[in-house]
Amino acid sequence: MINFVLLISRQGKVRLTKWYSPYTQKERTKVIRELSGLILTRGPKLCNFVEWRGYKVVYRRYASLYFCMCIDADDNELEVLEIIHHFVEILDRYFGSVCELDLIFNFHKAYYILDEILIAGELQESSKKNVARLIAAQDSLVEAAKEEASSISNIIAQATK
Amino acid sequence: MDTVEKIVEDFASDIAMSSFSGTRLRDMIRAIRACKTAAEERAVVRRECAAIRTSISENEPHLRHRNMAKLMFIHMLGYPTHFAQMECLKLIAAAGFPEKRVGYLGLMLLLDERQEVLMLVTNSLKQDLNHPNQFIVGLALCALGNICSAEMARDLSPEVERLMRSREVNTKKKAALCSIRIVRKVPDLAENFMALAASLLKEKHHGVLISAIQLCTELCKASKDALEYLRKNCIEGLVRILRDVSNSSYAPEYDVSGIADPFLHIRALKLMRILGQGDADCSEYMNDILAQVATKTESNKNAGNAILYECVQTIMGIEATSGLRVLAINILGRFLSNRDNNIRYVALNMLMRAITVDALAVQRHRTTILECVKDADASIRKRALELVFLLVNDTNVKPLSKELIDYLNIADPDFKGDLTAKICSIVEKFSQEKLWYLDQMFKVLSLAGSHVKDDVCHALIVVLSNASELQGYSVRSLYKALQAYGKQGSLVRVAVWCIGEYGEMLVNNVGMLDGEEPVTATESDAVDAVEVALNRRSADVTTGAMCLVALLKLSSRFPSASERVRQIVGRNKENVVLELQQRSIEFSSIMQKHQSIRSSLLERMPVLDEASYLVKRATATQATISADKLAPAVTPGGLKLSNGVAKPPSDPLVDLLDLSSDDAPASTIASTTTPNDFLQDLLGIGGVSSSTAGVPSTASTDILMDLLSIGSSPSQNGTPVVGHPGQAESKPIPAAPEAIDLLGSLSSSTPVSEIKATSALPQAMDLLDGLSSSTSVSGLEKTAHPSITAFQSPTLKITFDFKRQPGNPRETTIHATFTNLTSSTFTDFIFQAAVPKFIQLRLDPASGNTVLANGNGSITQGLNVTNNQQGQKPLAMRIRMSYKANGEERLEQGQVSNFPSGL
Repeated sequence: MINFVLLISRQGKVRLTKWYSPYTQKERTKVIRELSGLILTRGPKLCNFVEWRGYKVVYRRYASLYFCMCIDADDNELEVLEIIHHFVEILDRYFGSVCELDLIFNFHKAYYILDEILIAGELQESSKKNVARLIAAQDSLVEAAKEEASSISNIIAQATK
Repeated sequence: MDTVEKIVEDFASDIAMSSFSGTRLRDMIRAIRACKTAAEERAVVRRECAAIRTSISENEPHLRHRNMAKLMFIHMLGYPTHFAQMECLKLIAAAGFPEKRVGYLGLMLLLDERQEVLMLVTNSLKQDLNHPNQFIVGLALCALGNICSAEMARDLSPEVERLMRSREVNTKKKAALCSIRIVRKVPDLAENFMALAASLLKEKHHGVLISAIQLCTELCKASKDALEYLRKNCIEGLVRILRDVSNSSYAPEYDVSGIADPFLHIRALKLMRILGQGDADCSEYMNDILAQVATKTESNKNAGNAILYECVQTIMGIEATSGLRVLAINILGRFLSNRDNNIRYVALNMLMRAITVDALAVQRHRTTILECVKDADASIRKRALELVFLLVNDTNVKPLSKELIDYLNIADPDFKGDLTAKICSIVEKFSQEKLWYLDQMFKVLSLAGSHVKDDVCHALIVVLSNASELQGYSVRSLYKALQAYGKQGSLVRVAVWCIGEYGEMLVNNVGMLDGEEPVTATESDAVDAVEVALNRRSADVTTGAMCLVALLKLSSRFPSASERVRQIVGRNKENVVLELQQRSIEFSSIMQKHQSIRSSLLERMPVLDEASYLVKRATATQATISADKLAPAVTPGGLKLSNGVAKPPSDPLVDLLDLSSDDAPASTIASTTTPNDFLQDLLGIGGVSSSTAGVPSTASTDILMDLLSIGSSPSQNGTPVVGHPGQAESKPIPAAPEAIDLLGSLSSSTPVSEIKATSALPQAMDLLDGLSSSTSVSGLEKTAHPSITAFQSPTLKITFDFKRQPGNPRETTIHATFTNLTSSTFTDFIFQAAVPKFIQLRLDPASGNTVLANGNGSITQGLNVTNNQQGQKPLAMRIRMSYKANGEERLEQGQVSNFPSGL
């Protein structure tokens, strides 16, 4: 299973964290510090796996962002690379060539997408199209609620005029 | 950037739908990003948090949404946000989807299963799980799956079961994954889910299939019954799923670089592994499809390799046919020769597992694996090294260790530690001949001596000490190595120890082996080598201490170098390190004042007992390691081996406790390394210096010898001189005042002050067990045993009379009589006694504390002794008398060893 997902920038800034195993706030900070030290220093040609505290951390760099997933020792590392790529492709489709700024200002959207891909540290959906569809449906629900709210406030505004 | 801001704008507006107050989310993120220093950032966050707190306390529901979004961002930066936990619950309890969406996200980010607040959300979750809107159900399932606790899992499990039967595929898959979490938290619930999970395998939707297969996998891990059930009920479905997906034509929705849904492939293969493990029928059933996947999957892309990797693991895990195994091993071979580091890494990983299935096939890849040990990538190196370690056997140990040792030359400094540890353990485990073992160890010490662990060095020294025919060769090899690699810590220690012990073999080329090159080293060269090691700046205290011992030993081996050694040792008398200073002073004194005993004192160490060392190492490795860490400064390297190991166990006399050494600043190491030594029992009593642990190893000849190589408490100088074993009765004690002088010059708070302290307590001192009940045994009774003269010096005579207690044969009452032989009166007379732990001692108050001159009247004191090992061990006692004569403090010590037998 995936124990946690981390997005770290080249400078070591955290862009997204998702914990599927319980870690206290203190442990989380420590884990992030340890792993950024371990991963950001690795050369470009080396393998994408780091052994860490009996777990394996699979990471992949996209531009300035490192996508890291911590898995159990007997999980399939190559597949996790595919899961990371799967996630990135969906982000890319959603934002339209995603960049780090998208993830900073719209961090909540990235979380919504991740929640459609993973639950309980296990894969939920292998179809990118399906994830995109689900996210779009939920976004439109939010839109509808917003419009309803503004039309109500218009009505109230008109009524109180 | 425009699009970004547009989206942000949208979000900000849907956050603060009506009136604006405070900053918007986008502005806050901008403000934080604009901060140049951490302090500025903290200030911005503090301001924002204050605003959010106010907003919370003023209960502004329309701002909740936005506040939560801000807090999530702040939380991600690592700031505390616990004050907002209740806000999550309020958002979740709201009716609208937007509020719930943010609320659940906040819940998952800000809380985890260990917070009690989480319990409060159970009810909202239950309602949302029953909500007609599938997206709200989805939100609740997602939150439950990611952070539920065991109690919530129990409470909500029926809802989740029901949702697995939902008509909505997205709800089904989420419910299945949620059940995984529930089963992980409460394994008892596994049986409720197994039928449902098996039925989901008949679906078409890949998301549902993936989720269901994962749930089955989890159920198999959680419960044996579930495993049996699923073996019967889902193996067919599983094989069908894998066949369909691997035969399916191009499906753009699931395609990953030309392969249809590798995720589904991999999950199906993984479940097959679990079902097929140890079940021949299941295994046979999946043979064909596994063969098909293994042969047909393209291996030029990562996705394909991921499937092959999983497939090989499955083949290795189940009861596969031999043909299938060959197929798997071939895939591994292909992986191993791949240029991609990821593929090589997983290949090594798989070979580790394959080694139990087919060791021979793995051995064939030995050279490739060895290459991987030298890879530039730390992850690959580590894997490969573990694998090599498993590959070593009696036949290939020589070439393999040669390869590894050669690689030590160029290995990464970070990697050397691991590599060295592995080489050492390979060499120790598979050494067939001593010479080979020694050679390899010398090489390792030379190349990576600073990484060799202490216990490895100790084992080496034990072997050396037992291999008398190789000692000459070893000392010469080490001498040569020391010249070339003087910086390697452990090498220096081992070499210095050997030069000290076997120095003459170095100079005289004793015990040359065939084909060995003679070394031309003079006596002064040997001393040079040790001196260089001693003066090297990097030398630590242990090494320094060992150097001093080696020098001392050399001074007796090489009379011509004696004067130089004296000078070198003399220079260290002012060393700032207390341990070295002490040793130097002690050793100088031996060289100057005790010529007569020096040669016997500095004899070679007795042969160390290999078998008992190995046993002890195996049992006490952990303790030794931790103790080494605790007291590195006072562990004289290999010397500590002599404790206990070489001890002749049946000589209690020399085991006597030396009273004066109990506050010596000595090492505690001995107490962890010689657990069975009954002298240790003594050590347990009062923090007595382990330096006395050296005593037993000297056997019968001379206590001093090993005290020096081990001990180094200031008190030792006095002790052995006074307490010559077996001669307490007749030998005079000329050295006591000198001992005090020596101690005084150390200016440490050793026995002198101790005596003062005790003299303030005229009450009988029972240092050993502090019982000191004061029943006075007065009046001489008829003695069943003859009286003895327990102690006699030119100044003082002590006689013991004995009386057996009728009730307890083990108990003896001793009546001690003290007589002053000088012409001056002794005042403040105090008698103290100490016994090994198997004896219990009680001292009664003395009849007085003044002993008149010239034997005019004596004082008496009763001692009550119980020998718990009567018949096995004789009574033994160490005694100390302190008194004032002519206003001058005096101290005398001795051992009483001539107790009548049978007491």
